[in-house]
Amino acid sequence: MTWEAVIGLEAHVHLKTRSKMFCRCPVGFGAEPNTQTCPVCLAFPGALPVVNRTAVEWTMKLGLALGCEIAEHAVFSRKNYFYFDNPKGYQISQYDLPSCINGKMIVPTAEGDRVIGIVRAHLEEDAAKTVHVGGRTGRIRGADYSLVDFNRGGTPLVEIVTAPDIRSAEEAKRFLQLLRQTIVELGISDAEMEKGTLRVDANVSVRPEGSEELRTRTELKNMNSFNFIARGIDAEIERQIGVWESGGEVRQETYDFDAATGALTPHRAKEDADDYRYFPEPDLVPIEPPAELVERLRSELPELPAARIQRLEGELDLERATVLVTGGLDRLWGDTVAEGADKVAAANVIANNLVGAGTDPAVVSARELARLVEARDRIPRAAFDEAISKLGDPGFSADQYLAQEAVSDEGELEPIVARILDANPGQVEAYRGGKDGLLGFFVGQVMKETGGKANPRVVSELVRARLSR
Amino acid sequence: MAISREEVLHVAGLAWLALTDEEVDRLTGELDKILDAVGIVAELDLADVPPTSHPLDLVNVWDEDVPRESLPLEDVLANAPEAENGHFRVPTWR
Amino acid sequence: MALAVDTLRLTAEGAKALLEGGEISAAELRSAYLDAIAERDGELHCFLRTVDETEEDGIPIALKDVISTKGVETTAGSKILSGYVPVFDSTVAARCKDAGLQLLGKTNTDEFAMGSSTENSAFGPTRNPWDPSRVPGGSGGGSAAAVTAGMTPWALGSDTGGSIKQPSALCGNVGLRPTYGSVSRYGIVAFASSLDQVGPVAKTVRDIALLYSLIAGPDPQDSTTAELPEPVELPQGDSLAGIRIGVPTELNEAEGIEPGVREAVRKAIELAESLGAEVGECSLPRSVRYGLPCYYLIAPAEASSNLSRYDGVRFGPRSVGESYQELVERTRDEGFGDEPKRRIMLGTYALSAGYYDAFYGQAQKVRTLIIEEHRQAFERFDVLACPTSPTVAFPIGERAADPLAMYASDLLTIPSCLAGLPGLSIPCGLSEGLPVGLQLIGPQFGENVLFRTGHALEQAIGFDTVPTRWRS
Ligand SMILES: [Mg+2]
Ligand SMILES: [Zn+2]
Repeated sequence: MTWEAVIGLEAHVHLKTRSKMFCRCPVGFGAEPNTQTCPVCLAFPGALPVVNRTAVEWTMKLGLALGCEIAEHAVFSRKNYFYFDNPKGYQISQYDLPSCINGKMIVPTAEGDRVIGIVRAHLEEDAAKTVHVGGRTGRIRGADYSLVDFNRGGTPLVEIVTAPDIRSAEEAKRFLQLLRQTIVELGISDAEMEKGTLRVDANVSVRPEGSEELRTRTELKNMNSFNFIARGIDAEIERQIGVWESGGEVRQETYDFDAATGALTPHRAKEDADDYRYFPEPDLVPIEPPAELVERLRSELPELPAARIQRLEGELDLERATVLVTGGLDRLWGDTVAEGADKVAAANVIANNLVGAGTDPAVVSARELARLVEARDRIPRAAFDEAISKLGDPGFSADQYLAQEAVSDEGELEPIVARILDANPGQVEAYRGGKDGLLGFFVGQVMKETGGKANPRVVSELVRARLSR
Repeated sequence: MAISREEVLHVAGLAWLALTDEEVDRLTGELDKILDAVGIVAELDLADVPPTSHPLDLVNVWDEDVPRESLPLEDVLANAPEAENGHFRVPTWR
Repeated sequence: MALAVDTLRLTAEGAKALLEGGEISAAELRSAYLDAIAERDGELHCFLRTVDETEEDGIPIALKDVISTKGVETTAGSKILSGYVPVFDSTVAARCKDAGLQLLGKTNTDEFAMGSSTENSAFGPTRNPWDPSRVPGGSGGGSAAAVTAGMTPWALGSDTGGSIKQPSALCGNVGLRPTYGSVSRYGIVAFASSLDQVGPVAKTVRDIALLYSLIAGPDPQDSTTAELPEPVELPQGDSLAGIRIGVPTELNEAEGIEPGVREAVRKAIELAESLGAEVGECSLPRSVRYGLPCYYLIAPAEASSNLSRYDGVRFGPRSVGESYQELVERTRDEGFGDEPKRRIMLGTYALSAGYYDAFYGQAQKVRTLIIEEHRQAFERFDVLACPTSPTVAFPIGERAADPLAMYASDLLTIPSCLAGLPGLSIPCGLSEGLPVGLQLIGPQFGENVLFRTGHALEQAIGFDTVPTRWRS
């Protein structure tokens, strides 16, 4: 029988506010341990939380971007549990009355647009950072003791929970790329998994294709890149199918995915009992955002990535459209095309050459880029590459590069082509034997010979002509 | 019996109190009496009464996102039972 | 040669006049109170510690030991905070400094302000100045007894379910539990966040109004404080014309109210009528039947969470443990006394899976009813009057073994606390030679009407706040 995956995602996003969620300690990386702390985020007796207005507004803004309803009455609760990174003994988090509910995000895929439900987006505070000393370095198991740094404690976090609407690892990855780009473009977070400013957990279960049942799900944690997430999900789907098909039962468990080995290891249990005794935080009062505030936030929303992909799909294939949008390259592409560049060529040059050269798309002159795209076959490869790498320089002009016409004179190129073919009899044999791919090899050799000045199109014609004799 | 010895042990587990057997026995009896007494709130049918978590009806009390001075490290660690190069030191999770 | 001051009789206003008239120096005044402490605190144990010197040079004051004072040990009467020296001032402590009040010391309290007799202090009980074999009430027994014993002209306490009003009643002085939200809780060792309020204890209503005016008002560090709708007025005059006083039947006839207490309170209410007040009956049936149960679900629930930060990681003593969990569990078991443990257990249970709706959730709804009953009463009346405590000061040890009997001490103070309303206790006479407190309850932010009513009655009653055994 064929199986279908049922996947839900839980994303935690660090808001890049200047101060913490419930105190005004600065937020930032790299400070000396515990130097960004105060009585509030250290939970000294008598200290009280005060809500960060910007964090609340940004959460609602993200909710609006995700098509959520903004709660007219949101409440912070206390989630009670003991752990050394949780100094109050409770985490302040929105719970049954979050700021954002019932949203959805459209994910354009090869099989058409998929709609992924957003159950909720709520505001909470991050935990402190703990270093485990001794034992296997950094690992909590077998460590001799632990050291706690409360600098990160109390950083505002938005938790976004999707409905179990995702059907494949690939879809999960696409969703996350769009979510991340949306967050980055709202300017509320850098959302970098490597830095931990974006953390994602996945809930995975499988069921027979076509059935509506929901089988036991497992949770995957600690995956620090979109590719690892995709691989982790695939591995877990495979594992679960194996369990069911061998007549077993999938048990509710939490796994850490080890990207290096591709292994899924059961996650250590934090609390002995999962009874968090939530109740409304009596040190804070409800949030009832005025309609004008919500409208102002709505009016500040830019056109969202998903919508832009849909718009581009008319002019480009999905892959190129997705790469441009999730790379934040689509505006430059549009401007370049407007300057007369070929759509597909412009997309390729921007997505490959420009990004490859590490040129910042924000400072590139679309007009100069369009000229280079248009001339890319006429000018020497070396000159083209150099131009692309310099595109970002202030006052860049393509003129000097466009001036360097590539050598297209057959009389000049013939002898070089002949020399290359004579020098590589083996490859010539192979090519004649059907290995067409070697054409690129021959062209490459000639380009090298000419210091990148030859016109590759002319060269390949000459090679083909000679070898077909 | 409003509460059993087992429940008392479970609650002590949630509250992270390492109670002695003597304490568990005494608390079981005391909590049983107290829960009987406070349990009378159940008499009332309050299905459509809204809960009050606050005697003061304030909303939207918040602060602008402007960082302020944190504590000097010596103050942060002044009362720490055990500190190590700027951190609070604790035995690890087992 | 400094003039000799009788600290047993000197009011804060009186002390202010002496200082402003240059008749005494701040240092001389301070040493007068330190002498009184040296003379009487051996017997009464009102202070957990005194302060050697301060920069302030105004009226002396004592603070309950739940109030964080920068650089001065603050234990909340608990072993789990012994040796803890705050690195920051609570907002009220800072406001006292701003007003130039010089800190004499920190007063005894039931552990984490949980109690009605100050017997639950980890550092030993405080005794009642009127009869040292009896309790001063609690949890703020230290502050109340210190004021009566002339060890400080006034003091600050904290009140969750009666911890200011009830000790003032039992010690024969004046205590105010302000409207919830009028005084900052920042830096107050938390017991139950939706109920805790800081308030003044003194010998006269005018002193109370003065001290209240120094500490009240919104605090950006406490999101649950509000702007006072009207400025604080120092009461004067002896007429109660135009004041409507409601007498809630249940709060005046509840079982357990001693006859002597009922009699003294009845006389005081008659006196109010003779001063021009309109007196009428009213009813708060559910507030009295369900107030105590409601309180003993909500307060412990919040406390169980507020006391989770005492884990031996960042401050306070720490017990030995192989693992983090073992260390925390032992620190808490050895650091907390019986009452905090009882309330942590009760509150954790009330919030735990399967019991939340029946206990904590239901109590929150009962609280709504209690607020509504009071709101209706204040449509007809400006002030409600009843005894502060059902009994006079009881013997030390009498209720120590019976939590429910101890909890019943707050039967009459708790309902208005749940409603977030201000309450003033003034002495209204003696029963069996011990002080009786009259409780005046006002509408939200109605402190001024309480001050006016309390002051006029105080003049008419003419209660002598000096314990009989010390009168010469
Ligand atoms: Mg969360
Ligand atoms: Zn802080």
